Amino acid sequence: MLNYLISGISLGSVYAIIALGYTMVYGIAKMLNFAHGDVIMVGGYAAFCAGTYLGWPVPLAILFSMMICTILGIVIEKLAYKPLRSATSLAVLITAIGVSYFLQNIALLIWTSNPKAFPNMVNFIPSIVLNKGTGSEITISSTTIVTIIASILIMVALTLFTGKTKIGKAMRAVSEDKGAAQLMGINVNATISVTFAIGSGLAAIAGVLLCSAYPTLMPTTGSMPGIKAFTAAVLGGIGSIPGAMLGGILLGILEKFAQAYISTQLSDAVVFAALIVVLLVKPTGLLGKKVMEKV
Amino acid sequence: MPNKNTFLGKANKNSLKGLINYGIIVVFFAVITIVKGAGGLSNALEGQLIPICAYIIMALSLNLVVGISGELSLGHAGFMSVGAFTGVIVAGAMKYHGVNANAPRLIVAIIVGAIFAGAAGILIGIPVLRLRGDYLAIVTLAFGEIIKNVLNCLYVGVDAKGLHFSVTDEVHMDMAANGTTLVRGPMGAVGISKASTFLAGIILIVLVLFVIQNLVNSRTGRAIMAIRDNRIAAEASGINVTKYKMIAFVTSAVIAGAAGALYALNYSTIVPKKFDFNTSILVLVFVVLGGIGNMTGSIIAAALLTVLPELFRQFQDYRMLVYAIVLILVMIATNNERIRAFWKKLTGVFSGKKGGAANE
Repeated sequence: MLNYLISGISLGSVYAIIALGYTMVYGIAKMLNFAHGDVIMVGGYAAFCAGTYLGWPVPLAILFSMMICTILGIVIEKLAYKPLRSATSLAVLITAIGVSYFLQNIALLIWTSNPKAFPNMVNFIPSIVLNKGTGSEITISSTTIVTIIASILIMVALTLFTGKTKIGKAMRAVSEDKGAAQLMGINVNATISVTFAIGSGLAAIAGVLLCSAYPTLMPTTGSMPGIKAFTAAVLGGIGSIPGAMLGGILLGILEKFAQAYISTQLSDAVVFAALIVVLLVKPTGLLGKKVMEKV
Repeated sequence: MPNKNTFLGKANKNSLKGLINYGIIVVFFAVITIVKGAGGLSNALEGQLIPICAYIIMALSLNLVVGISGELSLGHAGFMSVGAFTGVIVAGAMKYHGVNANAPRLIVAIIVGAIFAGAAGILIGIPVLRLRGDYLAIVTLAFGEIIKNVLNCLYVGVDAKGLHFSVTDEVHMDMAANGTTLVRGPMGAVGISKASTFLAGIILIVLVLFVIQNLVNSRTGRAIMAIRDNRIAAEASGINVTKYKMIAFVTSAVIAGAAGALYALNYSTIVPKKFDFNTSILVLVFVVLGGIGNMTGSIIAAALLTVLPELFRQFQDYRMLVYAIVLILVMIATNNERIRAFWKKLTGVFSGKKGGAANE
């Protein structure tokens, strides 16, 4: 029971980091960046290549992966999303799906569909064993600890960043009213670029953590966690940073419990059913605020 | 052009457009039949005929949601899947009970498949259609995944007493010894006796076209498009937004279910994984490439994009990559003012009316 709870929180923390990326982009650019999950996959491959093929030390490999993803995020935004700033959300969403497929298939051509065995990059602290000596020992792996700490740190850092810094305030202004923000002298395009850069950088961290915990890396690695993390962001209330965290962890726990007590095959179905229920009962999510529609 | 915008002019234009679609289908059927009669059809291509019909119907169905209703459904393969599996179960049960003729089995399978897919559409539509835009897309996606997961653990068998279901394994179905297993979990529907024919596919396309075109040109269709163009204004004009969105969504689900039954009864086995997210995206590519809201475009794009990959097998690895690029480029191009103006000019030149006669 406790076992499942811990692995659920661990998985949930990864979802939370991905969901933070979704929520920031959604809050500011008002678009569902469908390709976010695939940026995670690219981050995983970048770290893998740097660590395994080039033999770089782990911190450098992670940094490299973050750099690649940040650049990728900015490039995607400039090339694919920026021309559609004034288009319907339907057009933007279809483009985002196109980008997602593009990344997956490029990865498929470069790295083939053979899964790569990802080395654990985050086991640098010792794991904790609970109930030592008794029959029911529970080991909290080092990956789990690092993942949870990383997600909390990221959430706190993001909260401070959006609350205290000038760019962070600009982000909130853009998310509230793009036109008014522009009139106040905020560079809307630059702000959106920064948001994408941060979101994609986080995706790289999420990629490394995800692949360290589940060490098979494939071109489709990112798509399912990406969709589930979006579910988490919706569950917590899209646009809300603590909401993304809460939603991510709840979803991770739900998934692990469903796997344990219902069926491994049906766990995805349970997770998605939860999304439908949440949207039916509270469409704004747990911590989201209701936005009045302006005519 | 004063008379172009009058009511009569517009109605004539719409019915003309509709006739063109029927014409394309009839010509397509005639050409294929003649070529087939002359023995000029390769085996690979002949095997693609029914899938082409099914995908054309799927593209029309999705275009009703995306183009006419203006919402994005990413779970259309889920509705196709519901239609496919209920259709296969019904056809299999009929066969078991002594109905060997293909035509009645196919017709009943398509009808039942369509009804079940429509029921799924209502079920999913109730929560979803209160939402907007991106949420709807993600929930339909979730729905497609749920359907796939559930079908992956569904076992169905038939014996003299009727149908038996189980979600664990074949033994738990409590089936009599002389029964037949119809659906075997992740292995999918097995031992399907084929019932689909090309002619049936063509008839179904014509029927679907008839339904969609009459819906679009009716009062209901205009209400649906009014919601698409401006939801708030439509609501203020007294249009029941949820009701009309629901009509479009459920009609689309019903059509997708029919396509699924047609598709599944063309094969001897069909697995739930066949109807995954990739299939939904494939259909979306048909719709986007053919032009969102343009039924003729959907028909042509679905037919071409099903046949072309067969002809260019050596480029198979690049197929999805090309589709991805198509999605991005078409979206950017259709939303670019300059390209749009250029396109208007171009179509104006071709129809002999200079200066942007496009009256869309």
